[in-house]
Amino acid sequence: MTDAVERTGREDRSVMAAGVVLGAAVGVFGIAFGVGAVAAGGSVWQTVAMSLLVFTGASQFAAVSVVSAGGGLAAALGGASLLAARNGVYALTMARHLPGSLPARLIAAQITIDESTAMATARRDPASIRRAFWVTGLSVYVFWNIGTLVGALAGSAIDPATWGLDAAFPAGFVAMVAPHVERSLGRRAAIGGALIALVTIPFVPVGLPILCASAAVLLGVRER
Amino acid sequence: MTWALVLALAAIAYTFKVLGLVVAGGRSLPPAAERCLALVPPALIAALIVTDTFSTAGDLVVDARAAGVVAAVGLAARRAPLIAVIVVGAAVTAAVRALGWLP
Repeated sequence: MTDAVERTGREDRSVMAAGVVLGAAVGVFGIAFGVGAVAAGGSVWQTVAMSLLVFTGASQFAAVSVVSAGGGLAAALGGASLLAARNGVYALTMARHLPGSLPARLIAAQITIDESTAMATARRDPASIRRAFWVTGLSVYVFWNIGTLVGALAGSAIDPATWGLDAAFPAGFVAMVAPHVERSLGRRAAIGGALIALVTIPFVPVGLPILCASAAVLLGVRER
Repeated sequence: MTWALVLALAAIAYTFKVLGLVVAGGRSLPPAAERCLALVPPALIAALIVTDTFSTAGDLVVDARAAGVVAAVGLAARRAPLIAVIVVGAAVTAAVRALGWLP
């Protein structure tokens, strides 16, 4: 019993610490986004509003890069929407783990992103799953928006590449996928998803490889 | 950048999230569909690792990120904590880049 309590305590602290570290790394990218969006002709208010309301980093970067390359509204929305679609798949996965009132679910929806889903689904018991989801999602939300504001106001930023921060996300995802690949079916789905992404990257628009990779979940159709 | 883009993208992004969580969520699904949903995290996270490591603006590239991610895989296989995996992955990437071994 005491062991279980201590283990839970340790796990809580590690969830908190990991959520905050991940949030801080996201904050640096928030700065980069703020700088980029203002450079692409956005006002400080538009830039801040985008991070508060859209809150899915990859989509935001995609939209801004199309705008700064001279693309129109439809082109900017197309790629960004493809990237945003995966959050819908995450939401389907998370739905059973997030019981609660409608307002709570409407808030949870906004923070259903790569990081919160990955951190939550790496846990086993229902309470840990919920805690990891909320801690990570809220931490990333706060840091992403602070970073965006700082970047939009400052206009000059830390270069994420100098600090290797562009590898922080894939490295973090490696740790998050580890519990899933312990089981044979999970391992095959991961390998399938990785291969589909690798093969499709040069041929389809940015964002689409991740959606194509969801075909690997069909390995679950046959019971093993 | 226009307000139309900001607001339209906000509406689209939130619609995807809400559809999954509030509208479709909570219903019981056939066992095969449950098994498929359980495979979403490994399949999509693995795809994110590949795209975040080996692509830049839609092109396949191998740069210093690959070295950091290889180090991360080594640590994760030894069950190192998430924080250690992230810090070492970023540090190895920064070092390889600073040394000029990979861009």
